Amino acid sequence: MPETLARTPLYALHVELGARLVPFAGWEMPVQYTGIIEEHLAVRRTAGLFDVSHMGEARVRGADAATFLDGIMTNEMASIRIGTARYTVMCQPDGGCVDDLIVYRLAETEFLICLNASNAPKDIAWMRSLIGKAKVEIIDECNDWAQLALQGPLAEQILATLTSLPLATLKRFAFVIGEVAGAAGCIVSRTGYTGSPGFEIYLPSTSADKVARALLAAGRPLGLIPTGLGARDSLRLEAHYPLYGHEISERISPIQAGLGWTVKFAKPAFVGREALARQAEGGPPSSVILFSLDDRRIARQGAAIFAGEISVGEVLSGTLSPLLNKPIGTALVAAGYAGSADLCVDIRGHRIPLLIATAPFVK
Amino acid sequence: MSNVPANLRYTKDHEWIRLDADGTATIGITDHAQAALGDVTFVDLPKAGKIFAHGDVFGTVESVKAASDLYSPVACEILEANGALNNAPDLVNREPYTSAWMIRVKVTNPAELSALLDAAGYSAVL
Repeated sequence: MPETLARTPLYALHVELGARLVPFAGWEMPVQYTGIIEEHLAVRRTAGLFDVSHMGEARVRGADAATFLDGIMTNEMASIRIGTARYTVMCQPDGGCVDDLIVYRLAETEFLICLNASNAPKDIAWMRSLIGKAKVEIIDECNDWAQLALQGPLAEQILATLTSLPLATLKRFAFVIGEVAGAAGCIVSRTGYTGSPGFEIYLPSTSADKVARALLAAGRPLGLIPTGLGARDSLRLEAHYPLYGHEISERISPIQAGLGWTVKFAKPAFVGREALARQAEGGPPSSVILFSLDDRRIARQGAAIFAGEISVGEVLSGTLSPLLNKPIGTALVAAGYAGSADLCVDIRGHRIPLLIATAPFVK
Repeated sequence: MSNVPANLRYTKDHEWIRLDADGTATIGITDHAQAALGDVTFVDLPKAGKIFAHGDVFGTVESVKAASDLYSPVACEILEANGALNNAPDLVNREPYTSAWMIRVKVTNPAELSALLDAAGYSAVL
């Protein structure tokens, strides 16, 4: 029996907008409204509005909150300034990823953590299992918050019509709390998962419908359109942002994924430190590469990577880049082959050379 | 509601077939199929002279989301594939019943034609 899918507070709006709704991480989510390519290009050129209310939230608070988080996250937590956020990975002892997350510091002893939808229950149980004697409590707020991502070069201009919060001075990975479109208690953060400028807005679930409609009304004349998870995936892949279950997972560590910059070995101890240090020093058994193809076929998850006749890896994510109008993707490739010039991907019996990218396709 | 022209025959796999006066047939995918696929990015079609049995995979249509097999609705020999789709795969989204035809074929077992759905029959499976 299929499990019952959860619906976000914007479900009625999605139906009204003609979204195609699909099951995703236990949620009934809009994959597209008008078309993935059109929505993708809107985010690159004007703006798009995503409902990402499926994402989970947990509040971590207490006298030991910062040191507790430093013990379970790879990145530095105690040094996060109030009003700013930091991207981090949470690892298993063997270095595999429990999840990747963004940690917002609300106060000296209070943090809000954004979790991947499919991992949220696992993450909260994992964090609670590690509390020990730390003076900290972990509050599951997944059902309290809705989340909108307003992304694109015109995002700030659009949002500014609906709030008096100081957006212009808000730096990347900084946030402010206040009123948006008459809804109080919104966290407006200059973060995103698209590679274009923009904001993520955490807002009380009860206000989500009103705020989303106000944003669409304000932004439509400027080219804002509702955008779905399909475009979110192609946007994040152009920007080479990892997606849990693809570029990072319980079997792919942050070192393998090219996220070594999030792993702070200067910290005295954190879960996974020893395993990650061994990988960083000795080189990991395999690593993630970004590629494009000079072809029309898309290399999809699971497609085999070859060096000559030797199978050396597999595709983790693949899509068409609307920006390049070429297929792009990521692959996990065995040590020693990541820089190889003669890698090919097998797509339905066709061997297509990988063009390895040394930088994301968008900055 | 998707468009189901009355003059075509259909399969449950969302292909359409137009039977032409000269005994050849033209095959493509339906409006419902293109809408379900989303933005089509590539169509992989066979060369002239290839022979397929009923139900064989004769090609692939690929969208941003997924690659889907194309099934031969009848036993046939390929006379021509639509080269225009190489450079403009998005025609499949825009004009699935006209400019985005995929293959023109010689039907090698005309008896199979009677098993195809008419427009009413196809509409009923949507």
